[in-house]
Amino acid sequence: MSDRTTTGLPDSLVSNPRVSTWLTVTEHRGIELRVGKVELGQGIVTALTQLAAHELDVPPDAIRPTATNTAASPDEGLTAGSLSVMTSGSAVRRVCAEARELFRRAAAHRAGLDVDDVALVSGLFVRADGSRIGSYADLAAAVDLDVEVGDPTLRVELTPSSSKDLHRLDLPDKVMGRPRFIHDLEFAGMLHGRVVRPPRPGAHLVDIPDVTTLPGVHTVVREGDFLAVVAAREGQAVRAAEALVAGATWTGGLQLPDADDIGSWLRSVDAETTALRADGARHDGARTTLRASYSRPFVAHGSIGPGCAIAVLDEGRLNVWSHSQAVFLVGRGIASALGLAPDAVVVQHVEGAGSYGHNSSDDVAMDAALLATHLPGRHVRVLWSRADELGWEPFGPAMTGEVTATLGADGLVSDLSYEVWGNGHVARPGYAPQHSLLADAHRGGVDTMPPATDPPPERGAGTGRNAEPYYDIARVDVVAHRVLAMPLRTSSLRSLGANLNAFALESAMDELAAAAGRDPLEFRLAHLSDPRARDVLTTAADAAGWGGPLPEDRGRGLAFSRYKNRNSYCAVVADVEAADAVRVTRLTIAVDVGRVVNLDGVRNQIEGGALQATSWALLERVAFDRQRVLSTDWDSYPILRFSQVPHVEVHVLDRPDQPSLGAGEATMGPVPAAIANAVADALGVRVRTLPLTSDAIVAAIEAEIEAD
Amino acid sequence: MTASEASSRFDVRVNGRAVPVSVPSETSLLEVLRNDVGDKSPKFGCGLGQCGACMVWLDGHPTPSCDLPIEYVTGEVRTASGLGTPDGPHPLQAAFLELQAGQCGYCVSGVLVSAAALLRDNPCPTRDEVTAALERHLCRCGTHQRFVDAVLAAAGAGA
Repeated sequence: MSDRTTTGLPDSLVSNPRVSTWLTVTEHRGIELRVGKVELGQGIVTALTQLAAHELDVPPDAIRPTATNTAASPDEGLTAGSLSVMTSGSAVRRVCAEARELFRRAAAHRAGLDVDDVALVSGLFVRADGSRIGSYADLAAAVDLDVEVGDPTLRVELTPSSSKDLHRLDLPDKVMGRPRFIHDLEFAGMLHGRVVRPPRPGAHLVDIPDVTTLPGVHTVVREGDFLAVVAAREGQAVRAAEALVAGATWTGGLQLPDADDIGSWLRSVDAETTALRADGARHDGARTTLRASYSRPFVAHGSIGPGCAIAVLDEGRLNVWSHSQAVFLVGRGIASALGLAPDAVVVQHVEGAGSYGHNSSDDVAMDAALLATHLPGRHVRVLWSRADELGWEPFGPAMTGEVTATLGADGLVSDLSYEVWGNGHVARPGYAPQHSLLADAHRGGVDTMPPATDPPPERGAGTGRNAEPYYDIARVDVVAHRVLAMPLRTSSLRSLGANLNAFALESAMDELAAAAGRDPLEFRLAHLSDPRARDVLTTAADAAGWGGPLPEDRGRGLAFSRYKNRNSYCAVVADVEAADAVRVTRLTIAVDVGRVVNLDGVRNQIEGGALQATSWALLERVAFDRQRVLSTDWDSYPILRFSQVPHVEVHVLDRPDQPSLGAGEATMGPVPAAIANAVADALGVRVRTLPLTSDAIVAAIEAEIEAD
Repeated sequence: MTASEASSRFDVRVNGRAVPVSVPSETSLLEVLRNDVGDKSPKFGCGLGQCGACMVWLDGHPTPSCDLPIEYVTGEVRTASGLGTPDGPHPLQAAFLELQAGQCGYCVSGVLVSAAALLRDNPCPTRDEVTAALERHLCRCGTHQRFVDAVLAAAGAGA
């Protein structure tokens, strides 16, 4: 690792090079750590605190991590893509290692010694004989941290890794029922806002009833198609909003696509096409073994806590409290929408419920900010309703992908073509010049928001994420079509396109193994030269008893994926019962996330990701007719319940000498694929459409009968 | 019209103390607990009684508080914050922390409330009984397995 620290700084340090941006050490307040990554329930603040403590050689409780504030914390961009331990973690390690050496130099100066003769033992700088020179706090006044990292006169080596488990710093408040979430934040005289969304996408507001005489109502805000009410009490705001819903008249609205044939719609509309790989794969009719399409529907983030934000306009400065994953972008986006100077908007991060990507959190911050500008000096809190959360959040895009594959004479895949279609996966504030926040789009009276974009291939792509098979195949062609019509709003959902692409490619690998008459595990290994990939596959397979006999109606399936083809390796074996409905009984997972920072944190992320992916695979589908979204509560948008939860077994292969690769999204691709392969094993029918409901299985059986 | 004109007085009994509040009679028990009593442990999740984030005990029965008007509340309310104290956490709270049963933690208060009722009535539940007792609760992070393990651990510890 040491060579990586001397050659080239982590990105977060290039943009925020001053040690003092990250760390403050004072005699009385100890060590304060500021990071630009935010706690989403994934435990990142705990992991970064642990890294800082390890590098400074102090107990973790000697470090006080502070929540991200756009005016005070390093701008590390988004908290997304399982990148936080990689990017922020390496920056924190480097900053803390440099700070440690600055303190060692001060200690040496104070003791009249050479730096080599000063040792650091559990936060105390000592002489060779063990006698004390001073702690970080003792030496604070003698060290200037307002310097840039990379001081060539310092000898900085990163402390060898150790993966201890630190208990989550945020959990005690949450388990003891103490206020901790943004939803729990309260200010004196705070008012409550509720936004009334159009009855369907693209509808325009004509007229509203007078609700200003209802109890507690302070003001009604109407700007273009944006409509909201602010009241003294939360319930009063809800009832006034209900009165607005009942009495407002709207006109127009978009025609939505046919929810039962999204694949055809995606292939028929305008798209931006990118060739991700072009080896010139050849498929002549005689040798082509597989041509099949795989699809997923729009999927909701479905946070259990709806979007919430508080804002106050205070002498020209707009203070916003937000649980966004992108507080810096939200601050700039709000400033731009409201015509304020960028530094006139300050966003303070406060923890929210899990978000799993870009959900309502950015938009609700804009809602609160807009309402606060109408009531200067008053704190305005906005909470989204469950129906708005499931109906107006940006969904994970529906996708369809087509695999064409040819087996060579050796029984291995020689040529593979993959073509995938879907809306873009990035619609964070500022992704388009205007109308990138929902309230701003409604104020502007536009029919749809600008089409979502995709990250470039060097950042892992979006529609094309994991679209390229990781296997050793001679000729591979991959084309991604980012669909530009966006009647239903889309943005990032955990793993972006990797979910559908891994489902498609790993289903196809099983179909190809069957065509070649080979075992799915052995078939995959025959195409995999990367030893770390082989390790996770064989580890998962051995732990699951791959190849062992199964009872009637049971099936077992396997899948492998390396996230973004360059991050974590993950192999999954799924065991299912497929009688009336599909029930997943067990998931056996092996992951290689490189160096493990917090083992329990990795397990928690892998288990949680696997269960969320199981929920997507079995149950989830945004329902809509030609006018509006219909799945606006938990009955119409069911997610996995306790009785449906499989036993999850996680095997973490620690690679202490390898870079950390991130854990949050590794399972989202291979889990649904393994489940689909297990269903095929149990029933002998291949279901290529997610979710794997009874209806989808019946449709697949009927399609196979028709084809015969 | 001001807020007080439409308000009525209620004495809410929460976690062993009586709290007088003056609120509109259609106000939900959840809003009263969070905004008038100041107990933020029950959470708003759906407002429809579907997700369990707002679960409280009403006379000992786990009950969603989000769609229950205060005027119909006559009994004793107990919330997650009333299960234990920092010095004396409920055995369930101790087990949840010990096993790190939580990701975002938003659903945890409700889960604890239902689990505490289960252990009160059935001190040694089976895994299936714990699962059934938590079936009304939605967790989006996928922490289900740890929750069930933690409830069983608390039961083993003599909750």
